[in-house]
Amino acid sequence: MEAILKIENLSKRFPGVLAVDNISFELRQGEILALVGENGAGKSTLTGMLGGVLGPDHGRIILKGKTVSFQSSHDAIAEGISMVFQELSLVGTLSVAENIFANRHPVGPVNNIRWRRLYRETRDLLRSFKLDLDPMVPVKRLSMGQQQILEILKAISTDPVVLILDEPTSSLTEAETDYLFDEIGKLQDQGMSFIYITHKLSEIFRIADRVMVMRDGKYVGTEVVGEVNEAELVSMMVGREIENVYGAASGSPVSTEYFRAENFCCEGAFQNITFGLQRGEILGFAGLVGAGRTELALSIFGAGPRDSGNILIDGQPVTISRPSDAIKNRIAYLTEDRKGQGLYLSMQIRENLIAPFLKQLSSPIGFLKKKIIDRHVRQKVEEFAIATPSIYQKLLNLSGGNQQKCLIAMWMGIRPEVIIFDEPTRGVDVGARVEIYQKLRQFAAAGTGIIIISSDLPELIGMCDRILVMHRGEIKGEVMSEDFSEELILSFAAGIKRNVNAGEFRKRN
Amino acid sequence: MFINTARAIIAYRESVLLLVILIFGLCMTFASPVFLSWRNIEAILLALSVEATIVIGMVILLISGGLDLSVGSILAFVGVVTGLCLNAGVPVVLSILLGLLAAAAVGMVNGLLVSKMKINPFITTLGMMISIRGLLLVIAKGRAVLNLPESFTVVGQGRLFNVQYPIYIMVALVIIGDLLMRNSRFMRQNYYIGGNEKAARLSGINVDLVKIFDYCTVAVLAGIAGLLITARFGSSSVTVGSGLELRVITAAIIGGASLSGGEGSVLGAFLGALFMGVLANSLNLLGVDVYWQSLITGMILIIAVVFDVINERRKERQS
Repeated sequence: MEAILKIENLSKRFPGVLAVDNISFELRQGEILALVGENGAGKSTLTGMLGGVLGPDHGRIILKGKTVSFQSSHDAIAEGISMVFQELSLVGTLSVAENIFANRHPVGPVNNIRWRRLYRETRDLLRSFKLDLDPMVPVKRLSMGQQQILEILKAISTDPVVLILDEPTSSLTEAETDYLFDEIGKLQDQGMSFIYITHKLSEIFRIADRVMVMRDGKYVGTEVVGEVNEAELVSMMVGREIENVYGAASGSPVSTEYFRAENFCCEGAFQNITFGLQRGEILGFAGLVGAGRTELALSIFGAGPRDSGNILIDGQPVTISRPSDAIKNRIAYLTEDRKGQGLYLSMQIRENLIAPFLKQLSSPIGFLKKKIIDRHVRQKVEEFAIATPSIYQKLLNLSGGNQQKCLIAMWMGIRPEVIIFDEPTRGVDVGARVEIYQKLRQFAAAGTGIIIISSDLPELIGMCDRILVMHRGEIKGEVMSEDFSEELILSFAAGIKRNVNAGEFRKRN
Repeated sequence: MFINTARAIIAYRESVLLLVILIFGLCMTFASPVFLSWRNIEAILLALSVEATIVIGMVILLISGGLDLSVGSILAFVGVVTGLCLNAGVPVVLSILLGLLAAAAVGMVNGLLVSKMKINPFITTLGMMISIRGLLLVIAKGRAVLNLPESFTVVGQGRLFNVQYPIYIMVALVIIGDLLMRNSRFMRQNYYIGGNEKAARLSGINVDLVKIFDYCTVAVLAGIAGLLITARFGSSSVTVGSGLELRVITAAIIGGASLSGGEGSVLGAFLGALFMGVLANSLNLLGVDVYWQSLITGMILIIAVVFDVINERRKERQS
């Protein structure tokens, strides 16, 4: 396989930071090269230059043996490099066809759109990818997963030689991911080459041929996928030895039951949910998208509906009908959608971290006590190693990993006894991930009960003492740490097996 | 099968609006003997010609995510500029061109401020609305410009087959506008810009150019409307057009446009304006106080938007 794309000494500087520092590598024809690195490593900047969005300060890009230079992404697409960005670039109110052929509609003599041809070409394209979508339906009617696949299709329809994918599976279900990987495989056979950016290391081992690691804008190394393991990759990414990403269990015995949810039912979302959480236990909730885990968590927290359900804390029944009740009872819920529902991106770190407990930080007549707040926020920023020049920094300027740490710091402010963490490391880079896992272990060792809802099975297996598996709103499986296996958990999640019957509850201690 | 066709038609905002207008009209023919007379319908259409002309440009702008509050002022401004030229003896065609050029200049400034300087369209056009109104008061020295030559007023008062010219102009502009927005690749770029501006840029769309074009277009259309009014009354008024911008935006939104961009159509906006025109006319015929009209129009706007939101939620739950 010869090199279809060669990068020589590419550099790009932004005010204050050398984002890409003298990078050279090559992409071979027909290969899938995974690109990994922490947030801030320079991956987006590098691919931005390849895709024509940014202009390099130094260096050369050589495509198909010819040195190229792009003034815009339009040029890059014309030369054969297409990119799929992380943020969707679709227009919800326009049809599938108009999105795929955005500004590339087939036109007639007076620049008029040839609709019949547009829909025909779209239909053909969808059919060749075995997608059952109506080209005329407005995109906002599609699910997130379908939209993301459409985004990818949009790039593929430009017939690129090199396709750059940035976290393409973040909104996809397992089935959709399988489908995507199938299609990528087919395109690979036809000669297309890929650069695949992801935080999900398991995907790399599944689909990539080689993996390239970046750190702090510099090139660290490239390994053949079969010749490297996850721990080695992580070490290359963070620059220090990481033996076990998930850390080791504290070893202290999990003690008495602290929290219990009984008979939680909500028509259409979940039924007959009963489970207990012990002090210091890390309990996982596994399941496919739509199993009802988030709905259950929201209901427990008082932010979502339920038809029935009791909560007992330390054996005593408590009423939780709204989030402020949950907070009073020292229960924290960390949302899976931190940007949309968890954080206040346009506000400062300082303002964010105090959000759930403003009352405690105010004087009796309602004025916020500045000195106490500043002290509290600074302490939390240090405790969670949030990388920021000041506590007045706006949250949207932080990386995903640091934002997630802010979310944790925010909720730790209420000194919770129970933390429900929904997708703790989605969109978080490896370095921050390791820190978050460490923190969770610390909290558990201090006696806090932790519930982790996650679609990342290795994460659940690595972190939890026990895993409950939900399927279509019911808990169908309970797996103890000694029995952890991906196949077992998946078989419960898919509804094939069950070892917990409605109403049954395994009591410990 | 009937239900399915009915459903398919209702899916389009334009058809629903047309249906509402027809039903309303039907009711009115019973409520007032005068309603269906040609004089009355002509009155509706004549009054409509001003708003409909401007709404074409406004809906295009709304679709691209923009907004122009200065159209009322531009309308009066062009009337004054052209009126002054005519009174100074400048030939009719040249006076008209100068007026429209003035409008285009204002639109250009709006467009540049919004696209290049990235100033919020609301603030930009609000400032322009106030300044242009002030400017026209200055150059007209606070008086109306009277006694315009007949070679000019014929545009607003002349008839062809007993239908006044402004109505033809309005219909032509609406048809052209709608066809272009549906079929011209250049004009469709407005949908992309309103839907996701960043993505539009990455798709190779020259966002700044399109925005400047849009602001110029709506300004020139406001100018045309201004000329039509001036020709119709034979004089330029310095106060005409106050409050017009909000009514135009209301019409566009009733017709399906959204303040956040990416949605709407010229046909829908025209029907929205038509609906408001029929409503105002009906309330007049029924002898309803003028003040009630504002209340009712405002409520209709809210109902239209609530209807939209409920519809969207219903469709989301279905898929």
